[in-house]
Amino acid sequence: MSAAQGIGVGEQQQLEDDQHDSGSSAPTQPGRRRATPYLLLLPGMAWLTIFFILPIATLLSTSTQTRPEGAEIGVYTQTFRVANYTDTLSEYATVFARSFTYALIATVLALAISYPLAYAIAFKVGRWRNLLLVLVVAPFFVSFLLRTVAWKQILADEGWVADALRTLHVLSPDGRIINTAPAVVIGITYNFLPFMILPIYASLERVDPRLMEAAGDLYANALTTMRKVTFPLSLPGVVAGTLLTFIPAAGDYVNSALLGDPVHTTMVGNVIDSRFLKVVDYPTAAVLSVSLMVSILVLVGLYIRRAGTEELV
Amino acid sequence: MAAPAETGGRDLRLERVTKRFGTFVAVDDLSLTIPSGSFFALLGPSGCGKTTTLRMVAGLEEPTAGTILIGDDDVTNAKPYKRPVNTVFQSYALFPHLDIFENVAFGLRRRGGKQIKAQVDEALELVELGGMARRKPAQLSGGQQQRVALARAIVNRPAVLLLDEPLGALDLKLRRQMQIELKRIQTEVGLTFVHVTHDQEEAMTMADTIAVMNGGHVEQMGGPADLYESPQTTFVANFLGQSNLIRAAVSGKSGDDLVLEVHGQKVAMPAARRASGTDDLLIGVRPEKIQLAQPGESTEGFGSNALPGGVVTDASFTGVSTQYLVRMPWGQELMVFAQNLGAAGLLRPGSKVDLHWDPAHTFALDGSLDANAGVAHEGATPVPVG
Repeated sequence: MSAAQGIGVGEQQQLEDDQHDSGSSAPTQPGRRRATPYLLLLPGMAWLTIFFILPIATLLSTSTQTRPEGAEIGVYTQTFRVANYTDTLSEYATVFARSFTYALIATVLALAISYPLAYAIAFKVGRWRNLLLVLVVAPFFVSFLLRTVAWKQILADEGWVADALRTLHVLSPDGRIINTAPAVVIGITYNFLPFMILPIYASLERVDPRLMEAAGDLYANALTTMRKVTFPLSLPGVVAGTLLTFIPAAGDYVNSALLGDPVHTTMVGNVIDSRFLKVVDYPTAAVLSVSLMVSILVLVGLYIRRAGTEELV
Repeated sequence: MAAPAETGGRDLRLERVTKRFGTFVAVDDLSLTIPSGSFFALLGPSGCGKTTTLRMVAGLEEPTAGTILIGDDDVTNAKPYKRPVNTVFQSYALFPHLDIFENVAFGLRRRGGKQIKAQVDEALELVELGGMARRKPAQLSGGQQQRVALARAIVNRPAVLLLDEPLGALDLKLRRQMQIELKRIQTEVGLTFVHVTHDQEEAMTMADTIAVMNGGHVEQMGGPADLYESPQTTFVANFLGQSNLIRAAVSGKSGDDLVLEVHGQKVAMPAARRASGTDDLLIGVRPEKIQLAQPGESTEGFGSNALPGGVVTDASFTGVSTQYLVRMPWGQELMVFAQNLGAAGLLRPGSKVDLHWDPAHTFALDGSLDANAGVAHEGATPVPVG
């Protein structure tokens, strides 16, 4: 999206240059020069058409297909059956609700962890700043899958976390963490943490510390300064971070598959995965995909409007 | 708007305040009393400790040693938000996410005051920004932002209002205008203003009392005219305006006057204007106090002190006056400002001139002081002293 906008700006510049040129020097192949910006747009547009627009169209078309009587597995024909949506959504309503609940809890947790950390990195740690930023990004050097498997070990029944919690009687003697909803939420929170920390840090780092001094000078204590000055000024980072966490979290299936329970913690992503690849029920998978996409778009739209930072995202 | 400050009658006192940053001593054993209701200027070149002093009063720096009192309250270690002090920051530091009204109301809201709207409106009227309440800071010009910063501080009626180079970011014309504005506002609201600046003209225009700071301590404190006419150190003589400093030795007394020998010539000055007990002195005369006469010309009405034998080496016409550089027989170049009265013609470089001035316009400083102290900030090259 932003790349397309970038090209748009360049195009305008180019056009202005053209007019300028043709005014001063003799016109040299004006038609060709006017076409240049569109030629530059071509690779990007072609890429988007082949890998975004066509798949979306296919997905939409698949979502209203049905399986003819007696057809082989995996063969569907277009019958424009919109009832596919109502059928599927009523069947998987709880899974949808669960996905968004997990994503929401994980986003809130990630925000609660990230904001103080980003604040400390931006204002309090001095020369350790760069090292800490590297540490925030460091987990990316290990595969996403591997890191999630590692959490499987940490949260395992015989792992030290479960042991410690049992000793503290937080967990009953036969209680477990792995294969439960909290394990899935912990996994999601962990995996998307850097996406929350980095935008918040970038926003906080731009806040002029002299504004905080000014707030103190105007009778605001540390908490009020945070509430009235620092936090509002870092809002663009908070909005960006929550979106970057919430959107992929809502569609995530790896954490549920590895850390959850196959029945009680199933997320939309897991159902789409199994419908497409295991059951070969393409229309249902397509309906779920489209519905997930649309509901995220709507939620994000409402959220950005509420946060009032359209121009900043 | 003649209502006096609620916290009126509380002097700001600094007692033996020192601030060190590592091994660097920014403020060195500074003691000051700033009377309530005065317009006080801390004047000095960058690095003299004036801003550090201000920040210690605001609570943004903690003194290494010493005590800061407002009235009878020791605020040395009080948090900034607990002090009856507000600051107009050099960068203005307006909150970009709040509109002008909310910026000005910020301090009032924190203290949970009543009639916030009325007070904010009044403050905005005072700085002549009545119609701007709902704009954002970014939509205002530099001068307007400066006024908002001022309104935001004044509206709280602090015991002490601190101004940290508040006009530094404005262009010259706007700065002159704001100087007059600031003085008017201070008179109107009757608050104590402590103004930090490196601009001597700004300090003299506005302040009742100026403390000239250098190297972490106060060189001299007094009214603008007092400092200008009777500097006590070469730093003050050179930093506040310009001075001609000439080596002289005491050779005797005549009544209330001191007789001095200056490169073979006798000049006189009131003994009371001698700032140092040493016999080896640097006498000073301000450039505008000197009158020039070509040899043989009538010197009627001129001061009785005279140094003959000068040669004009440079003349620059500035409109109001002509600034001459005159090379004296002992090699020193002295500066003379001749007011443009239209009568006398311009003296060409090479003209021979005698210098005349009134003995009462002479001041005398300790001859062991550095005659070029405080000069460098003007961008002038050090003048060799004969």
